[in-house]
Amino acid sequence: MSPDTMAQHHGHDPAHHDGAGHGTLKGYLTGFILAVILTAIPFWLVMGEVFANPQVTAFAVMALAVVQVVVHMVYFLHMNSRSEGGWTMLALIFTLVVVAITLSGSLWVMYHLNANMMPMPHHDMRGIP
Amino acid sequence: MSSNPDFWSFVFGRLSWESFPLHEPILVITFIAVALGGAAMLGAMTYFRVWPYLWREWLTSVDHKRIGIMYIVLALIMLLRGFADALMMRAQQAIAFGGSEGYLPPHHYDQIFTAHGVIMIFFVAMPLVTGLMNFVVPLQIGARDVAFPFLNNFSFWMTVSGAVIVMMSLFVGEFAQTGWLAYPPLSGLAGSPGVGVDYYIWALQVAGIGTLLSGVNLIATIVKMRAPGMTMMKLPVFTWTSLCTNVLIVASFPVLTAVLVLLSLDRYVGTNFFTNDLGGNPMMYVNLIWIWGHPEVYILILPAFGVFSEVVSTFCSKRLFGYTSMVYATVVITILSYLVWLHHFFTMGSGASVNSFFGITTMIISIPTGAKIFNWLFTMFRGRIRYEVPMLWTVGFMVTFVIGGMTGVMLAVPPADFQLHNSLFLIAHFHNVIIGGVVFGMFAGISYWFPKAFGFKLDPFWGKMSFWFWLIGFWVAFMPIYVLGLMGVTRRVNHFDDPSLQIWFVIAAFGAVLIACGIACFLIQLVVSFLRREQLRDLTGDPWGGRTLEWSTSSPPPVYNFAFTPVIHDHDAWWDMKQRGYTRPLHGFRPIHMPKNTGTGIILAGLSIAFAFGMIWYMWWLAALSFAAMIVISIGHTFNYHRDFFIPAEVVDRTEKSRTALMAGE
Repeated sequence: MSPDTMAQHHGHDPAHHDGAGHGTLKGYLTGFILAVILTAIPFWLVMGEVFANPQVTAFAVMALAVVQVVVHMVYFLHMNSRSEGGWTMLALIFTLVVVAITLSGSLWVMYHLNANMMPMPHHDMRGIP
Repeated sequence: MSSNPDFWSFVFGRLSWESFPLHEPILVITFIAVALGGAAMLGAMTYFRVWPYLWREWLTSVDHKRIGIMYIVLALIMLLRGFADALMMRAQQAIAFGGSEGYLPPHHYDQIFTAHGVIMIFFVAMPLVTGLMNFVVPLQIGARDVAFPFLNNFSFWMTVSGAVIVMMSLFVGEFAQTGWLAYPPLSGLAGSPGVGVDYYIWALQVAGIGTLLSGVNLIATIVKMRAPGMTMMKLPVFTWTSLCTNVLIVASFPVLTAVLVLLSLDRYVGTNFFTNDLGGNPMMYVNLIWIWGHPEVYILILPAFGVFSEVVSTFCSKRLFGYTSMVYATVVITILSYLVWLHHFFTMGSGASVNSFFGITTMIISIPTGAKIFNWLFTMFRGRIRYEVPMLWTVGFMVTFVIGGMTGVMLAVPPADFQLHNSLFLIAHFHNVIIGGVVFGMFAGISYWFPKAFGFKLDPFWGKMSFWFWLIGFWVAFMPIYVLGLMGVTRRVNHFDDPSLQIWFVIAAFGAVLIACGIACFLIQLVVSFLRREQLRDLTGDPWGGRTLEWSTSSPPPVYNFAFTPVIHDHDAWWDMKQRGYTRPLHGFRPIHMPKNTGTGIILAGLSIAFAFGMIWYMWWLAALSFAAMIVISIGHTFNYHRDFFIPAEVVDRTEKSRTALMAGE
């Protein structure tokens, strides 16, 4: 048996650490406070009727929701560019790309279908075989 | 109480005597044959007392090798069903001309083509691919099992449940008559009020859980459990394609699940996602299902590409040409497969900019595929080629698949697609790539890894017979279909008026018979090989002069695969070890930590059949009870702390010694 071609099987080593963060009290508190603030602002925006245009409010709420998602990922899911040797980051980027393709593609395709095949009023349909 | 109709409709839902197709002689005869054959088989199994062995060693097994083999057995059984459907359609189309109505009424014919598509994709091609990945991937990366062995067992049984649900529809009720993707509004409650579409939905939902979980499992296995030294660029190509396939599974199957959930809501609770009125939009269903459907095509073909890469480099005794380009081509295909879905519905009414975008991305995706073909050709160039059966399948694939690829690029041109959409040309194209690519690839893989799984090679004579029947049968069956498609004949038609078309359908039916001979030869090959197993025995564990790690183990491999985890220095790890004069370690073994078998997977899957049956027939009590039971058993399983054990060092020592004796005795 040549020792350089063979390694002992490691089994389950409890001290084994592969870069996945496990969080600290400070981290959880920071995340919690940020999450509370990011939740409170949308409530204030809607209930206090801060913007005159409700569409602006809607977009502001959605933007804050995106920030909220990032806060959750960083502070509660412990995701960063180094965790799991970069695989978590890669998986996240892949997911974002696929979701972006799916959403924007579907919107584009469905919008185009409507552009070319506008639903006709009912009485116009009668002449069509 | 027995006269109370409310009570009986509560117990049996929609199920009544009329649900059993007693008026269709074909189904009654099939049912009698299946019932007698099944009873004989179960009786024999009970008589020879194989049930305890089967339960202990196979049905409850968490060993990735056995689960892989069971997946392939499932696929072969379902292949017989799916192919019987194909023969019935070919026979119908060959005779139903002019005055003759054929022997299949439209109601039955429509169920057959739907069942053929669903079975061939979900219960033949998918289990073949998953089974091969399950068996091979852990061996290729030097692991002892997959990352989540129980989950693997559960995934397998959920796939079986899906298959059982489809098979039930043959004798209880009916199957969908909508085509294999069940487009609304036809698949909505107004278009299909019967149970057919519900069978379709629940079979796919149940099997989909299995597919998704096995995808998660294999990704975790490949990412986390590679032997030391095996960096990503030293992964065997089959493992690379498996990784990409499973990434595609995990990213795309949730879309299928979601779209089927929306369709079920339309059918069960009266929402209007895909109906024609009240703001519903059936086109959204088509859009969403192809966002899953196109990656699905690559889920099937990428592992086949991996098999061909392994086979070509082994049987040419050469390192694979362009390993790096092969990996990048695979990754590029993975990403691009998300950008082409609209080419399945160019004719639905998008404008020129949308159609040309998706036409061009479709043409671009053929570039990495073409690069792969050239890599295989250059690997063969000046190689020492041995035309064993797996290599024959590979060469047959290259010739056949390239034609399929070219007709695919033709279909990718939107103006051409407006002529060819929904014609038999499309049917010929996708059978060309699925038979010529996936099926040939899986047969190459089965004959290549069979000695590893069972310890003896497959009989080459019957293997070659099977190959030639399949190859010639494919060409005879589908070239006439191309011709008919160019003449404008559309798909899914069960009667024709123009008698000049008949000769082409007769030729196609003859080709289907040739393929049937190919399948028969494959089954004969299994029997003959089993009878001649002593002559075909593989004692070395490396019958083909292999290059990757699975060939360093005995055939079949011990339960624990590797007594010691190997250390990898090169991407053809086993070839590299052989070159450097590797000797097997003979002592110093340690106890090996292994997962324990469990029956939870098969029990949960059985309950999921009951749940689906309850949902399909509106037996709400059955659905509720079995769903509750599934939850309780799943939670109960988490309290099972006896899920692992150690194989003692002496047992490992004895196993390895007996292998040494075998190799010396040769």
